[in-house]
Amino acid sequence: MAHDAGVSGSHWHVEVTDLLVTAQGPAGTPTPIVRDLSFGIARGEVLALIGESGSGKTTAGLSLLGYARPGCRIAGGCVRVGTTDVLALRRSQLADFRGANVSYIAQSAAAAFNPAQRLLSQVIEPALIHRLMPRREAEEKARELFRALALPDPVRIGERYPHQVSGGQLQRVMAAMALITDPELVVLDEPSTALDVTTQVEVLRAFKRVVRDLRTTALYISHDLAVVAQIADRIVVMHDGAAQETGTTGTILDDAQHPYTRSLLAAAAPRGVPETTDPPMPPLLEVTNLTAGYGHRRALIPVLHGVSFTIAPGRVLGVIGESGCGKSTLARVVAGLLPQASGQVLLDGQSLPARVEERTRDHLRAVQIVFQSADTALNPARRIGPILARPLRFYHGMRGITARRRVAELLDMVRLPRAVADRFPDELSGGQKQRINLARALAAEPRLLLCDEVTSALDTVVGAAVLDLLAELRRELGLAMMFISHDLSTVRAICDDIMILYAGQRVELGSRAALRQLPRHPYTDLLLSSVPQLRPGWLDEVGSVHLREASGEPSLDDGVRPCAFFRRCALRIEGVCDRATPPLRHLSKGGMILCHRDEAELSRVEACETVDLASDAPTIHGCE
Amino acid sequence: MADAIALLAAGRRRFAAPPLAVLVLRRIAVSLLLLFAVSVLVFAGTEMLPGDVAQMILGQGATPQALAGLRAALHLNEPAWLRYLHWLWGLLHGNAGHSLVNGMSIATLVGRRLVNSLWLALFTTVVTVPLALTVGITAAIWRGTAYDRVVNMLTIATVSVPEFLFATVAVLIFAVRLRWLPALSLVMRGASFAELLRAYALPVATLSLAIFAQMARMTRAALVNTLSSSYVEMAVLKGVRPVRLVLRHALPNALGPVANAVALSLSFLLGGVVIVETVFSYPGLAKLMVDAVSTRDMPLVQACAMIFCTAYLLLVLVADIIALLANPRLRHR
Repeated sequence: MAHDAGVSGSHWHVEVTDLLVTAQGPAGTPTPIVRDLSFGIARGEVLALIGESGSGKTTAGLSLLGYARPGCRIAGGCVRVGTTDVLALRRSQLADFRGANVSYIAQSAAAAFNPAQRLLSQVIEPALIHRLMPRREAEEKARELFRALALPDPVRIGERYPHQVSGGQLQRVMAAMALITDPELVVLDEPSTALDVTTQVEVLRAFKRVVRDLRTTALYISHDLAVVAQIADRIVVMHDGAAQETGTTGTILDDAQHPYTRSLLAAAAPRGVPETTDPPMPPLLEVTNLTAGYGHRRALIPVLHGVSFTIAPGRVLGVIGESGCGKSTLARVVAGLLPQASGQVLLDGQSLPARVEERTRDHLRAVQIVFQSADTALNPARRIGPILARPLRFYHGMRGITARRRVAELLDMVRLPRAVADRFPDELSGGQKQRINLARALAAEPRLLLCDEVTSALDTVVGAAVLDLLAELRRELGLAMMFISHDLSTVRAICDDIMILYAGQRVELGSRAALRQLPRHPYTDLLLSSVPQLRPGWLDEVGSVHLREASGEPSLDDGVRPCAFFRRCALRIEGVCDRATPPLRHLSKGGMILCHRDEAELSRVEACETVDLASDAPTIHGCE
Repeated sequence: MADAIALLAAGRRRFAAPPLAVLVLRRIAVSLLLLFAVSVLVFAGTEMLPGDVAQMILGQGATPQALAGLRAALHLNEPAWLRYLHWLWGLLHGNAGHSLVNGMSIATLVGRRLVNSLWLALFTTVVTVPLALTVGITAAIWRGTAYDRVVNMLTIATVSVPEFLFATVAVLIFAVRLRWLPALSLVMRGASFAELLRAYALPVATLSLAIFAQMARMTRAALVNTLSSSYVEMAVLKGVRPVRLVLRHALPNALGPVANAVALSLSFLLGGVVIVETVFSYPGLAKLMVDAVSTRDMPLVQACAMIFCTAYLLLVLVADIIALLANPRLRHR
């Protein structure tokens, strides 16, 4: 496996053989984080390195630049780029090599740019320190790259500081920085992971075009198979620091051999609980015209604008939107952590006090919240047993043997061994910690569970397992949930109804089935068509209208416009959408949207641009 | 978390922080307010000191009538708040009053001494700041090496030695045993440069030792922080070499914390020199204040305390303004 026929050949432009990278373990003994890794990249080829966090893919990528993070050491193997034996370079030779022969694009552009320097001077720095061209020429080349990467105002964007441009733009500026020296190899380390889904499409498109036009040889590191499917020629699947499977993108997607690859594929594939149509029941939670935000009462910075929805007993409402759209704020208001500015929150038809201090113990018990970050939500100094026993005592007065028995039951419920009760949070994995977090919320025996991005911090496979668990619990316990996520496929996996927020406005609300059908709110349409699909070629089919919409980014002032989506919307009517509040339209497919366009107009336009997600063989309908 | 950051970033775009000038003015206003609070504390503090000026001036054998008369003449019988207002009014008009002991104007008494203290502070600054910054920066660059560990140990050692001990031992060795340097730092008018150096050598060395360690350690800490950031790693991956890495990528971002470290250390030079000036009989402000306390010359004590506090506030203010100016998010929007 380590040497398949291709790797041992010398026609590779970049070749890694038997790479071993070790980290200094707690006892001082080196533990391997990358082992026996071998792969080759042909000239002009894009190779993807895919795996979950901790699989060693970033470490492997960095070793192509002869770099190991503090505490790590490249302990063995061979890395060849062109004619250079990278691991044999001395320190000063490495400085000449990095940036000139191999360049790196980091995951978080916001962190990777120096906040104190203008973008242009950072972009041209590699060209200048390696004395490849004079400053003027480098600046000109940078502007060309900005243009090629479809950055707005390519002539002057370099004069800005990193905090003055958006995340998606910054990521593309970093690509320009990597490409300015015409390197032999570019290492892209999860370059679109930190971006919102609608922003990601545009960045991916820009990357792909530049990589193709310049015939760049690239190593693309990612955890997301769907993204990789769009951009890579071949894929190496990594797990536990070693390569599990190597093949062309098509083979890996259609004919994966290794069980780990299959589990990755299964986790990435769309899933769903069977549609349920319960008889109409009085709602458990009813939120009407909710406005909330941060800041003083008089100088309130609103985040949510007049949001209304209901959740019936045993139903799951998905709340979806991009960062900053107010979805976490919504959970905080319902939980009583952030008092609303106006509007009502009713539980069983009775008004819930705005502040958590004013809620009765029964109120608190009925609504429980599970946070995104299980790491910080669990007290590291206490064992799991006491962590779970605390709510049992607080809400149900359980002590001693009764409490211990119940803790064991709760652990069973979240599919963890009972022995976990004696462990500390640090001894558990991320997925296990999230299960404990869930068990702690369940200990209260709530009627409504608020899940705030509970799987976002987890790897695909682990996250999928937690999702399955939530679906089971819901069936067993008849729990109602508000499930908040930025990830559409997660929401679709578990929710009956879905609410879409944009800049704090509820732009669409409807059943999961209704969301699949046209027409949709223009933003919903953009969001759905921006989710990468496993099918190669999907990226090239994203319509130009969506791409144009995707290049905008939401900002807080959108929320105070009559229609929040106005600035980006391709269907906006000047003079109407920016003047009058859009009417609430009930659509014939079920559900409602906020839009000035009527159903017929939306259907007609969206049918032209949208890849029909509902059908098995998606097609683009040509228009005009 | 990512949500919250994006939210903040979005918030910053629209509901931006006030312009830099406003921030600086606000910071200055806070300093003035603090100065006022300090004046209340200084006055209250000196009020609480035991002892009676009249008694001190007239001696043990004074008659009650004479004491009462003197107290009345010195306004000591008036209520404290009234005397505070008088004093504050005087300060605002540049008149700190007269010494209770010898009747000289406070301004004259303080003036010469302040100049002496400032000279001492200046010499020490010139010696220490470049040295401490160099050591702090180099220790940060070569962190984890033997050099770093030695610097670490030495700075901890110097922090732990109280300066009176060092001053006394230094006098014992260099002045008494070796007779290289004078034990007292009295600089005559028209002294040559060599004499000046000899006179200042021991007090400057003592003071430098006291502030050097803290400055170097805090500089190192601030720089290590930025050196472990993602953008510095990115610079390494671009092929940036160590010197450029520190000077162009790390240092500009550590400027705020470093300025604060320097300011905090330097503030010690004006407030904390009491021991050094006393040991070396240096005619500076701190020595004057110590003498004033022993003679219960309250206006003089108050004036000295106000000068020390003002200097402290001024230094911290300058450091904070540097930190504000060094932040590109505030400079450029």
